Parts: sequence; C-alpha cells; structure tokens
Amino acid sequence: QVQLVVPMAVVFAPGSVPGDLPRPLPFRDVQEMEISVNLRTSVTSRCEMRYRSTTALEEAALAAATAREADAALYPLQDATLGSLTMYVVPETSSLLPQGTSVYVGKHRSALVRAGGSLAALQARLREVTQVMSFTASSIAAALSDRVPDGQLGPDARRNLKSSLGYEITFSLLNPDPKSHTVDWDIEGAVNRFVKPVLDKLSLVANFSVDSQILYYAVLGVTPRYDKESSSFLLSAHSLPHVINPVEARLGSSAASLYPVLNFLLYVPERSHSPLYIQDKDGAPVSTNAFHSPRWGGIMVYNVEAPASPQASLPLHVDVDMARVMEVFLAQLRLLFGLSREEVPPEFLLESPGNEGLADWELDHLLWAHTVENIATVSTTLTSLAQLLDKIGNIVIKDDVASEVYRAVASVQSAVTELSLGHLLAAFQASKEAVTCSERAFFDPSLLHLLYFPDDQKFAIYIPLFLPMAVPILLSLAKIVRETRLRKKEPTKMD
Amino acid sequence: FQDQAEQFFRSGHTNNWAVLVCTSRFWFNYRHVANTLSVYRSVKRLGIPDSHIVLMLADDMACNPRNPKPATVFSHKNMELNVYGDDVEVDYRSYEVTVENFLRVLTGRIPPSTPRSKRLLSDDRSNILIYMTGHGGNGFLKFQDSEEITNVELADAFEQMWQKRRYNELLFIIDTCQGASMYERFYSPNIMALASSQVGEDSLSHQPDLGIGVHLMDRYTFYVLEFLEEIHPASQTNMNDLFQVCPKSLCVSTPGHRTDLFQRDPQNVLITDFFGSVRKVEITAETLSLNRDVPGLESKFPEEELATEPLKYAEQLPVAQIIHQKPKQKDWHPPGGFILGLWALIIMVFFKTYGIKHMKHVF
Repeated sequence: QVQLVVPMAVVFAPGSVPGDLPRPLPFRDVQEMEISVNLRTSVTSRCEMRYRSTTALEEAALAAATAREADAALYPLQDATLGSLTMYVVPETSSLLPQGTSVYVGKHRSALVRAGGSLAALQARLREVTQVMSFTASSIAAALSDRVPDGQLGPDARRNLKSSLGYEITFSLLNPDPKSHTVDWDIEGAVNRFVKPVLDKLSLVANFSVDSQILYYAVLGVTPRYDKESSSFLLSAHSLPHVINPVEARLGSSAASLYPVLNFLLYVPERSHSPLYIQDKDGAPVSTNAFHSPRWGGIMVYNVEAPASPQASLPLHVDVDMARVMEVFLAQLRLLFGLSREEVPPEFLLESPGNEGLADWELDHLLWAHTVENIATVSTTLTSLAQLLDKIGNIVIKDDVASEVYRAVASVQSAVTELSLGHLLAAFQASKEAVTCSERAFFDPSLLHLLYFPDDQKFAIYIPLFLPMAVPILLSLAKIVRETRLRKKEPTKMD
Repeated sequence: FQDQAEQFFRSGHTNNWAVLVCTSRFWFNYRHVANTLSVYRSVKRLGIPDSHIVLMLADDMACNPRNPKPATVFSHKNMELNVYGDDVEVDYRSYEVTVENFLRVLTGRIPPSTPRSKRLLSDDRSNILIYMTGHGGNGFLKFQDSEEITNVELADAFEQMWQKRRYNELLFIIDTCQGASMYERFYSPNIMALASSQVGEDSLSHQPDLGIGVHLMDRYTFYVLEFLEEIHPASQTNMNDLFQVCPKSLCVSTPGHRTDLFQRDPQNVLITDFFGSVRKVEITAETLSLNRDVPGLESKFPEEELATEPLKYAEQLPVAQIIHQKPKQKDWHPPGGFILGLWALIIMVFFKTYGIKHMKHVF
C-alpha cells in the first residue's frame, strides 16, 4: 500500500503560541488520513509535523511590512526540498496578513497562517493549507482514476493531462484572411521571454519541446452570429466543440515523437467577421476570448482593431501583443495540467507566481499526482503482463524484456519507499523510471501472440499426417507384444 | 443548454480514433475496398482527422490496371459517389495488411521505427471505431487470401487493449459472411459490436456496375453509408437507429449487434461519439499575470564539443578476398530428437515384425 508522507515544519512566531500545547516546543506530531480509492486500494497520507519556535533570523524576516516581503525574506531560511512545507504561525493581531485573510500562501513552499486561538483550530487550518499546497483526496483519486468505480468521480476528474515522459507544445497562428491582415507575431521572442521560464520550471515533470507554425486560409468550422446590440460577432458556447475539428486536420504533428501534443491556436478573425467574441453559457462575452479543450489545447481569438480611417489600405499590418496572448496561453497550459486556483477557501490569499508560471507548491501538486499515477500504471502494466504470460505459455521472453521487468519492479519499490520517507523528488524520478521500463517491457514487439490453434485445427492437421503412418506401427507393436507374451508362457516348447 | 452540458459529460471521452481494415485483395473484391473507403469518408466528414485514422487497404483498386476509371472508387452504380476523393491517406497498404500488423496496431506492440501515422496512439479517454470487411466464416476472417484471424485472437487483442487502458469505449463493426461469429468471444468491458449477418448466413453484395464490371458495395455498408450521410457533427441520433439500419427485407441477411458488454444504454450513445469527433470544451476564465519587462533569455550556446577520437571503420576484409570466398559451410546439426526417435521406432518395429533376415538385403 502506498503511503504519502509530507514533512512539515510549523514555526511559531513570538506571541502566536496557542495556550494548550501538549508538550513544550519543540516537539513532533504525526497526522494520518486515509484516502480510499476503491474497495481494495487505499492510500494513506501522513503529515509529519515538527513544531518549533522561530529563530532570530526568522523573526527579523517576519518583521517585514507585507506578507510578500516576509515570504521573500524567509525563503532562504527554509528547508525547501520538494514535497516539504513550512508554515509560519503569526499572532492573531499581526498586520502582515490583510484583514479577512487568515492564510497567505507564498510562491515557494511556505505559508503564513494566522493563529486561531487553540491548537485544535490551528491544526484544522493547517490541514486546510496542506490540502491546498500538496494534495487532496480528490486529486489523488483523480490520479488513480482508472481504479475508482465509475460514477464516484465527477466529470472533471479525468480531464487532466496524463502523466507522460514528455509533451510537445505547438503554437499556431491562424490567419483566415491574409488579404486583409498581415499578421506578425514574434513567437520566438515570446517563447524565450515568457514560455521558457515556465517550461524550465516544469522540466522536472517532463521534457517539453516547442514548435510553432502559421496557417493561412484556415477557417473555424462555425459561422459566428452578428449581434446588433454590441455590433460584434459572437460565437456561442455550444458551438465551440465544433470549431476545433476542421482546423485539426491541418495542424499536423511531428512524425518522430510519440509524446502527447498540446496545441495552442491564435485565431485572427476575418475582416468581415471582426470583432469576434466568445460567449459563455450566460451570454456574456468572455474576458479572455479564449477556450480550451481537456487533453488537447486551447484557442484564443485575437481581435484586430478597426483602422482609424476607413480608407486604410489593405492588407492591414497587425503586430500581435505577445504578452497578452501568452498570459492566456500559459493560463490554459496550467489548466490543462490541472493547476487551477478556483477551489481555494475564500480566506486564503495566494501569491501570484509571476513569470515562473507556477508556484513551487503547485509543482509539488503535479509531482504528487504524477507519482501516484505512475505507480498505479506500473502495477497495472506488470500485472497484466504477468497475466498475459500465464495465459499463453509458449511466448518466449527475451532477456532484455526480463531485465526491463526487474528494473521496473525495483524502481517502483524504491518509489514507494521514497514516498513513505517523504522524499518526493526521488520518488517521482523512481516512478518515472519504473513507467519507462514497464512500458518498454509491455510493448516489446516480440510479445505478440499469434499462436492460437483451436483444438479442431490441431486434429485436422495432425491426424491425416500421422494416422496412416501409425496404423502399421501400432498393429506391429500389438503383434510383438502378443508374441512375447506367448513365448513367456511356453519357454520350453522348442522343436 | 443544461441538457447539452450533461450530454457532453455523459460520454467521458476526449478524443476519437478509427481503425478501418479491408482484408481482401484482387479486383473482384472491389466492394470491400469501397466499403472501407465509404466509412473512411464518413468518419472524416464528421470530424476525425487523418492523424487519428488508421486505414488499412489490402489492395489498390483506384490504380488497378483493370479500373476503367482510374483514381476513383465508386460506391454507387451510375458512379454517383467517388469515395476515393483527393485526400485519402492510406496507412497500411497492400502486403502490409497482415494479421500480425493488425494485431500490432491494436495492442501497440510496434517496432520503434514505425512512423506516427501507422500507430494507434489512443489513451484511456479515446473512443475507437473498428471496422473490418472482407471474406469471413464461422469464427474467422480471411486476410489477403493467405491467413486468417480468429475470433479468439481478436477478443484477446481487445483484452490486451483494455488491460492497458487503450480505449474508453470501442465500437466494432464487421461486414463479412457470418460476421456475428467474430464478436461472440469478446469479454472485455465497454465494447459494442455490430455485424452484417448472423452465423450461418452470408452477407450479400449490392448491385454490380456494368461499366466497371464488379459489385461496388456490400448491402450492409451501403445502407450504413446512406444512414451516415444524414448525420452531421451536431446531430443527436443514437445507436438504436444504427441498429435498425438494413432490415432483412433490404439486406437479405440479418444484421446483429451485441451490447451486453457496454455500460451505457445504446439509447444514450450518440453516433458522433464514435463516428465523429466532438470535443469537450471549457471557457478559459483565468489568466496568468506576466511581467512584461522581462528581458529575453539568452539562447543557450551549444556546449563545447568534447574532443572525441577520430572515427574509423572496423577491420574489414579486402574486397578481393570477399568476392572469391567460398560460401560458408553451414554447420551440420544432428537431426532432432523427435525425428530420430520416430525413425528408430519404425525401423525397430519393421525388423522385429518381419524378421531379422531382411537385414542382409539392406546391407
């Protein structure tokens, strides 16, 4: 069984220590929770908490004016290994946290928590923070989605990208009306400035490769409606699913790699359909003018401003504001991976990750989910491989397949051990190696079983061959046996 | 609108794949290629892109020397509908359509050198349509006139796919004689199967075309194509309507279907769940706030190349010696144990029965 261990340090600033501590600081405590996935599988989560009071350096850092500065100052003082959390408890009257917020979650792996009076209230709040910053029961269940009985998971559960060794990201600019618009986008610069920092941060999770293309005369599959009130064209939400298909045929993908492809499309509408807005379910135009499809990618509509003078010569030159576009695309990338900030309790204040794209604890979120998913995949793969080999006895296992299986088993065992020790990075890397080895073993081309012979076919082939040959042999054998028996009975009857 | 939202989430798949197989070659099996191309055309029209279709055609009818209208494959007499079109992308062609390649595509056990277009890269949220046509019998389907795939192998292949979660739901359609025997042995969940005829019945072809000289389509697929021409990407027609296609009066054989392994009610399964590609879509409500004044990261220079030893060829024999070399003697292996034992038995019995006196005639 898998045990997920989160090492956590709870640091009390002066004036925030609750009155009802069971033991004087510093001390350790453990909280366990069981996440049951189905009748036979369950995952336990263990929070190993070390309670202590602040050091002098930490106190100085906490004396900063705002929570953000305090967080930045505290960062070098923490133990920032992947998977661990540090919670600083500040007094109730502290001015670090604005009014109404009781928790501030920083960009790294720490949070500032307002003291809540008793230890129990504090622990409840700490549990909430842990759920936001590392994993919740539903995120683990979503990672193990193929083991959960159908109907228990919500429809959103299976829409995150599956854990894979790499992803290909393709940025495409769709210009359906090149006669009216000459669109220039500095994609290389935008990728270097905005996308690379995010992908560098995600490089722990998987390998990413980025490419881009421009497609001309690529139209959306749906004709937008003209809305007189806003004098613009509208794409309603229920026509969006049909937009993607005609475009997808032209998108293409790299022939060499087998990684899942994430497509991000920027659509510049035709002059006759400008400006084009996307309507959500309630009929209001969407502020980002973009939508995404789980496990596929996202589309953003970029409206070109009408020229100042109606006699402006066509084609109009359009310089795409890449920062605005990348804000949306990177937000869509986060949503595709499942990093949404929507389910956070209202009294939490989350620090924006800025250009890095995701906070350290969000990276941890991904790593927890992917590690659990990898371990589940490996065990399913190896079990089904074993069942296949049991059923078809005459498959020959090559040596390298066998060695891959051994390596996969060893890696998955080490992943489970590292998880129970709280070393998230080591566990993730072991699980990645386990997945690679088990997939290589399972999909080895030599394991094809084309050897099914039904019994009647076997009879039909062998009987005509051996029966005529066997008849004289069997009759002769019978004759020999009879003679030997007769000779034995009358040993002395010799002429 | 709430209902539509429900429906989008009812099916639970995020992408669609299609594997379309025509297993017979030779000019007189024109109708099988036309069958497969009709389904290919419908599936493309309803939205599945070529990158998600694996099309296997065992013979080339469009460019066959006997085709009076080259580069066309018609599905209706009077040459009304050319299903070959301009943008057909055949992934496995002529002799590449074998049982082994078909099973490799399904199970994913493909050599690493295979290009992406020849692979079925489905995941656990893929709905797959598998269409097979050709000549079949009770429990088998003939490939290329030289080999066959049995229903047990097919069921095992689907089980392998299920074990590795290579599909969310699978629709299997087969148009051959005694087609229902091919889906009798399925045991993996989430499979729905349709066949053009029951065990013991033959599937018949539709009309011949006197200009081309062969039968153009099989009846079942002809009526399925007619049915699919009415479907557009937003239609709400469900599987029960597909089950009614081609009643016995039109088809002469009795089409069959199997839904016991399928979890959803066929009433709720849209045709476009398998034949089309309707994506689930969400509005992007969040944005990331980026600091625009970030200078560009310098492109990393390639690492200095380490000095390596100059490459040289391995020791080779001079060419003259290679040409005049005698052919390598194959090592002689003694005959295998079974053969030896069999011959020993035969010889021993012969001489025991008929007497040892024959030995002197042998030696």
